[in-house]
Amino acid sequence: MTLTAVPGETLGRRLQEAAPDAVIEWDESAVWVRPESIGTVANFLRNDSETDFVFLNSISAIDFIEYFELVYHLTSLAKQQTGVVRSRVYGREEPSAASVFNVWRGADFQEREIWDLMGIRFNGHPNMKRIMLWEGFDGHPLRKDFL
Amino acid sequence: MTIRTEPMTVNVGPQHPSTHGVFRVRITFDGEDIVEVEPVLGYLHRGSEKLAEERNYVQVVTLTDRLDYTSSMINNQAYCLAVEQLLGIEPPPRGKYLRTLTAELQRIASHLIAVGFFVQELGAFGTPLMYTFRSRERILDLFEMLCGARITVSYMRPGGVFSDTPPDFWPALDQFLEDFEGELEEIENLLLNNEILMVRTRGVSPLPADVAINCSVSGPVLRASGVNWDWRKMAPYDAYDQVDFDVPIGSNGDNYDRFWVRMQEVRQSLRIVRQCIAQIEPGPVRLELPLVLRAEPGAEAYGRVEASKGELGFFLVSDGGVSPYRCKIRSPSLINLTITEHLLLGWKLADMIVSLGSVDINMGEVDR
Repeated sequence: MTLTAVPGETLGRRLQEAAPDAVIEWDESAVWVRPESIGTVANFLRNDSETDFVFLNSISAIDFIEYFELVYHLTSLAKQQTGVVRSRVYGREEPSAASVFNVWRGADFQEREIWDLMGIRFNGHPNMKRIMLWEGFDGHPLRKDFL
Repeated sequence: MTIRTEPMTVNVGPQHPSTHGVFRVRITFDGEDIVEVEPVLGYLHRGSEKLAEERNYVQVVTLTDRLDYTSSMINNQAYCLAVEQLLGIEPPPRGKYLRTLTAELQRIASHLIAVGFFVQELGAFGTPLMYTFRSRERILDLFEMLCGARITVSYMRPGGVFSDTPPDFWPALDQFLEDFEGELEEIENLLLNNEILMVRTRGVSPLPADVAINCSVSGPVLRASGVNWDWRKMAPYDAYDQVDFDVPIGSNGDNYDRFWVRMQEVRQSLRIVRQCIAQIEPGPVRLELPLVLRAEPGAEAYGRVEASKGELGFFLVSDGGVSPYRCKIRSPSLINLTITEHLLLGWKLADMIVSLGSVDINMGEVDR
C-alpha cells in the first residue's frame, strides 16, 4: 500500500484533452500550466476519474527573480497517487494567478499567505487579505528583493 | 413570544488561556449562538521561512524546533527527510530506528498535551492535565538524556541523529514504558467512558469526511472523520516500514472522536516504540557528511511526515548554495484551522473553546 507519483507527461496529456490552452510543458515530475488557467486545471484534476486529486497538500511560491513559480502538491486518496502542477507567474508589479479556493477550500489560508509574503494575487479568492502581517505593511517579505 | 436579540461581536484571544497560544478569533454571537467566525492569525509570526534562507542546511534544524514546540522531534524529522531527499542520501539503520523511536515518544507527549488541555477546556481544571503532564515529563527527561534539551531538541540531523544514546537511556526508557502502562490505563479509565465528557462532546461540531478532505485537513482530525489516511502507512519513511501498527479511525468526526483517535494513537505509538527497541541494532547513527552541505543547483525535494497534528511537509529548493533557496513549510496546524468556521457556526459559546481544543493547533506552527 504505497503511493505512486503520476508523471508530468501523463498529467499533461490528460489535461491537453480537457483544457488544450492551459498546458505549457511537462517533465517527468510535473506539468506546467498558465497561471490564469489554474482554476480550470484544478477543477478538472479534482473531478476527473483518472486523476481524482481531491486533496490539496500544499501550495508553494518560489521567487526566481525573473518569474514566480507556484507549485501545487496534490494527492488522490482513493487512487493513492500524487501529482505536481506548477505555474510560472511573470511580472513583479502586479503578479496574479487564478484562485483554486472554489475547488479546494484548503487553499484559503495558503493563497492568503502567498499574497501576504510573496505578493501574488489570486483572482477569485473571496477574502484576499494579508494573513500573517497587518494591512498596510509595506512589501512582501519572502521576495528575494525584500532586504 | 420570541425575544429580539442584537448580535454581539466578541474577541477571543490572543491573550486567552485556552486558545493554545496567541490565536485570536473574532466571533459574532446571537444570544449564545455563534453566527460569524473570523480567525485572526500572525501574532507569533517570526518569518521562519525567510530565516531558513540565510542559514545553512544543518542550522535550519534549530528553526524547526520552534515550529510546533510540542513536537520538535517530528519537525526535525520532517526537515531532515527533505534534506536527505534533496541530497539523495539515506541515514544508517540505527539512525532511522532512533528517529522513529524518538518521533513516536514525541507523538505520545504531544497527544498527552492535546488530551490534557481538551479535558481542561471542558471544565476539569488541573487534575487531568497533571495526570497527562506527569507522563509527558518523563518523556522530556528521556529527551534530555539524548540531547540535553527538553523542548527545543535539535536531536536529528540530515543523515541521521546528532549522537548515539547514552548507556543509561535504555534502562530509563524501559522503566518509563513499564510505568506509563499503568498511567495510561489510569487516564483511559478516567476519560474514555467518562459520562460528563461524552455528554459534552458526542455529536458536537461534527466534521463530515468530504468537508475534511476538501479543507485539506490532515492528521487525527482527518482520521476522526473516518478517512483512513496516515503518511506513516502511505509513504513510509525512516523505520516505519519495519514496524507494525494500526491506524485508529473515528466515525462521526465530532469532538469525542477527535479525542478518542488521539487516545488510541498513544497506544499505537507505544507499540511502535516497543518494536523499535526490539529491532534496533548497534551501528553508526549518522552518515559521514561534510560540515556544510550543498545540493545540486535546481534540486528540489518535498519531504513530509505524519506529525502529531497532521501532514508536516518541507518543500526545499536549492540553487547550489549552502542554504536552501526556498524553504516552504506546509504546516498542519495552519491548514487544519480552515475548518474553524465549519466547526463553530451554529454551535453555542460553551462548546467553542472545546471545539477549538479538539483540533489541537499549535501557534508556533500556524504562524511560523
